[in-house]
This record gives sequence, structure tokens and C-alpha cells, in this order.
Amino acid sequence: MKNRLVVPLLTVIALSLAACGGHQAVKPSSSSSGQSASSGQGAETSGAGQNGGAAGNALGAGQQSEAQLVRTVHFAFNSSHIDSTNRAIVESNAAYMNANPQVTVVLQGNTDERGTREYNLALGERRAQSVKRMMRVLGVATDRMKTVSFGAEKPVALGHNRAAWRLNRRVDFVYSGN
Amino acid sequence: MQRLKSRAGGRIGWYVILVGLILAIFTQSAGAVLTIEITKGLEHGLPIAIVPFSWSGPGTVPQDVSGVIRADLARSGRFDVLPQKDFLSTPHANREVVFKDWRLIKAEALVIGSVSAVPGGGYRVQFRLYDVFKEKQLAGYRYVVTAGQLRTVAHQISDIIYQALTGVPGAFNTRIAYITRTGGVHHPVFRLQVADSDGYDPRTILRSPQPLMSPRWSPGGRRLAYVSFERGHSVVYVQNVDTGQRWRVADFPGINSAPAWSPGGRRLALALSPNGHPEIYVMVLRTGAVRQLTDDSAINTEPSWSPHGHYIVFTSDRSGSPQIFRMTADGGDVTRLTFEGSYNAAPSYSPDGRMITLITERHGKFHAAILHLRDSALQILTDTSLDESPTFAPNGQMILYATIVNGRGVLATVSVDGNVRQLIRTSRGDVREPAWSPYNHQLQVN
Repeated sequence: MKNRLVVPLLTVIALSLAACGGHQAVKPSSSSSGQSASSGQGAETSGAGQNGGAAGNALGAGQQSEAQLVRTVHFAFNSSHIDSTNRAIVESNAAYMNANPQVTVVLQGNTDERGTREYNLALGERRAQSVKRMMRVLGVATDRMKTVSFGAEKPVALGHNRAAWRLNRRVDFVYSGN
Repeated sequence: MQRLKSRAGGRIGWYVILVGLILAIFTQSAGAVLTIEITKGLEHGLPIAIVPFSWSGPGTVPQDVSGVIRADLARSGRFDVLPQKDFLSTPHANREVVFKDWRLIKAEALVIGSVSAVPGGGYRVQFRLYDVFKEKQLAGYRYVVTAGQLRTVAHQISDIIYQALTGVPGAFNTRIAYITRTGGVHHPVFRLQVADSDGYDPRTILRSPQPLMSPRWSPGGRRLAYVSFERGHSVVYVQNVDTGQRWRVADFPGINSAPAWSPGGRRLALALSPNGHPEIYVMVLRTGAVRQLTDDSAINTEPSWSPHGHYIVFTSDRSGSPQIFRMTADGGDVTRLTFEGSYNAAPSYSPDGRMITLITERHGKFHAAILHLRDSALQILTDTSLDESPTFAPNGQMILYATIVNGRGVLATVSVDGNVRQLIRTSRGDVREPAWSPYNHQLQVN
């Protein structure tokens, strides 16, 4: 199914590459967050390098490509603090939204499995709110952002170990209108 | 139900009382059968002999009634259920009991009984419980029931035996609700299930591709409140367990979570976040009116009412880490209850109001624990590391919780003294968030 999307996407990507003079390899991002970039409509696309995780190279508003966009920020246990690495990801998402005024986002807050489920649902909400607050400070209107918490209920990794927990403590940016 | 008089009482008198039991009608039956594993038991339980009940009728008995009783009593940890191979005789009727046979194998209590088919349909179950040393009958009843009620009768007999010998009401004839999750990351299936307290006869009352959370029994045991994400976000529902009819009771902006029934069943305490931060609210179910009880920028969630409804305990991180607080049911007089450890959450009152079960973290591990309100002592009950959702049995003797064993979510119980632990496993999937029903579905005398 993914391959079927690739062919039209490649056309769009190739065209826009020509337009903005990009020179990177034409390939959909291999980063996990890039896999959700399924729609090519209206996107300012350019190629994502194979190492794909470089949100930091795209801080300038308007230059942020949809395919490059890292759409997940991570947190420490029982924390909603956004550290400097993850702050850069929030900034690139804010830049993307500021450059694409038709786009809206749902900020989905999640936690790892440790602790209690209902507290985690509240913690996921707090994480989503924390990202929303930073996005607002970065110029994104609050009526373009919704938050939802899934608590510990939607893990991306099912293991009961540190590696899984680290991946699951996250806020996902889920865009529409793009 | 008929009371069987003891032989000391002269002739046996039979009071003919019909059994009236409304069987729960569930929307769907699930194939998964739970099995029980006892992980830790008492070494000095009361020695009890349970003679396999006799069967008279065509074919084989549809339910091993004495087997269910034997399993119930063994699982409670309060009894040493003696092996049948040691029995010197196998009485089924009062006149066949020779107490010396039971003293010789050091049984202190003896249970005998029979199951027989009733002409025209149904089954007659009778049992007697004896004190071997006093040579005295302690209890004896006769029931006439359908095949589908035989397990219920067995659990009720277990309750009678448990109460006669321990002085505490049994909680075998109750139910549990819990959530199961099957499937991988991308296509999970969530089920809200209800089973007998021993895990048998699990029925699915709700199935969803989106998460289900927080089942809580109404005080009468007829309804469950829970959280479902079927609309893309958390919404609180109340569902009639027998009919499947349900109501969407809380669908506000933000999270809708942590339903907790007031003791009278008319109100639900909830954790809602219409203003961006979760606070405790109380909703009057009949009108839908909500009243906010807490108000700060911290997380406030997991409310639980005290048995008489005077207090609500809840989890808050207003002091920096999740801790247990207590307030009056109108939101006044907030008191912090836990001070040990950096993570205490999911409080739930014992039926007598003297204890709170909760989850506490020690060295990165999350344990079911009991907070004794009299002296604020916090007692850790388990050695597992990812415990959650502890809930008291309605008789206050056991705590049911969920944990991870061998990478899988399972249910477990532990006695309030921490001495008797057991696992309840399903055949597939992760099992989580158990809730023990109040006393319900008792065989009615009418």
C-alpha cells in the first residue's frame, strides 16, 4: 500500500525539487514519523535524506518540508517538560504550521505503561497541553490546535522495558488540511 | 433454598423455598477461559474435607459442584483442603457420616452433599457442613435450580462455608469486570469482559478497536461505568450489564475519565479537564449536572468514595509528585494522606473504610499496597513490578489487581495481609484494570 503512494508522491517531489533546487536523494523519509506523510496534496515537498531525522536543519519558517518533519516529541518519565532536542522539533512543527496556514493539528499525548492508567491519561493531556503552549508562543493560533490524550493506551512499542517506554512517552503531531 | 436441620435437632425439617435467580443476560460470550494459579499460600489453613457430591440422574452431572467449592476454598488461602485419597469413607447423606473417620485424617470441617435431577427439569443440590470435633452440623441447605445456575449455587455454598468457618462473609458469588487487549500495535482489539469471581464464564459486554478503560461497578452491581475512545477521545459511559443498554454520560472537551460511583449510585465522581488541567468533578447522573471539587493547575484524578460517602480520596501531583489526598465529598478539608515514596496513585477504599489500596513506587517498581488510615502505615503487598488498578473484594479480605507476568498482562489477587497470592490468567491477550463487583446476584429467598 505504501508503494502505491510512492509513485505519485515521487512525481510531486520531483517537480517541487526542480522548483526549489533541492539536490538530496529523492526518497520518502525513512524515519518513523515520516511514514505518516501519506498525502502529497499541497505539500511543499523536498527529498528527505536517508538519515532522515534531521529536524534541526529546517528551522527557517517556510523551508520546512512536510516529509522531513519529525512529528513526535518525547519526554522523561512522569514529565511534560520539553527539553532542547525536542524543543527544536516543536519549533520546526510551528514553522511548518506558520508556513501552511490551512493546516490544523491534533496533538496526541501519550505515556508509557508505568504508573496508573488514569493518572497517565491526565499526564498525556498535560504533555499535549505543554506542546500546545509552546506552539502558541511560537505563533500558531490556538484554534488550529486540538489536544487529545490516549494515556498509556496507544503504545507504539509493546515491550515492558526501557526502550519501549522511551518511545511511548510522546506527543504526536497529527495534521489535517495539508 | 431450604435449610437442612441438623440431626441434633431431631427430625429433619424441610422448608420449601423456591430459588429465584435472575441470570445475567450478556450480549456476547467469549471463548477464553481463565485459569488460576496459586503463587503463594498459607501453610496453616483450616483442614477441611470436601466429599465429592453424589449424582443421581441420567448421564453425567452437568457441573462438578463440589469441585467448584473445593477450588473456591483452596483459592481463598484460609483452608487446607484435604486430598480425597486420604478419605476413609465417602458419605453423601447425614446418616452416613462417621465423625471418627474424619478426626483420624485431622479434618476439622467436613462438607458432604448431593446433586440429583428433578423430574420435570432442574437439579436439586443439597449440602451439609459439619464441625468434626463437636460432631455438629454448622450449616445445611437444599436448592432447586437450573443447569445454568449450578455454578452460582456452588459459589453460594462456598460463601456459606467461608462465613460459617471464618466469621467473614465469602465473596465467591460475585463477579469481576476487566479489560482485555489482543492484537498488535496497529490493530488492537479491546474488550470489556465480565466473569465469575473465579474467572470462569467470561462474557464480552463491549468490543472496540479503540481503547477501553476504567470499568467500575455500580453499588447494586447491575451497571458498569467505563471510559471508551470509540469517538476518538475519552468519553465516560454507563452500561447496564444485563441488557447492554448504555448511556454517554461525560463527553466534555479534554479528558473524560476515572468514573467512581457514589455509595448510593446516584452520582459519579469524574476527572475532567475542560479547562486544560484534570480536576475532580461530581455529576448527578439523573440530571447530568456537574460540580467541580478541586481547582489548581496540577493533575487531580482517580477519585474514590469512602463507604459512607463522606470523603473522596484522589491522586494529585500538586505537591510535585503523585500522592494520595482526601477531601470531603463537597471538596472541602483537603488532607494529604501519603508521604512515603515518590509515586502513590489509584486509591480505593476498603469496604470498612479503614484502609485504602493503592499503587506505590519503590526503586522503579510499582506495587499494590495498603495504606492503613489509623496509623498511616503503608504496607506493600506484592513483589511484582508493574501492578495497577487494585480493588478490594466486597468482603474486604482480598485485593484484585493487574500486573505483568512473563511479558503479559494478568490479573492477580492478594490477601490483605499479603500472605496469599494468586494469578488469574486468560488464554490470550493482555488482561488489565479489574474491578470486583459488590455482592450481587444472591439466590433470593422468596
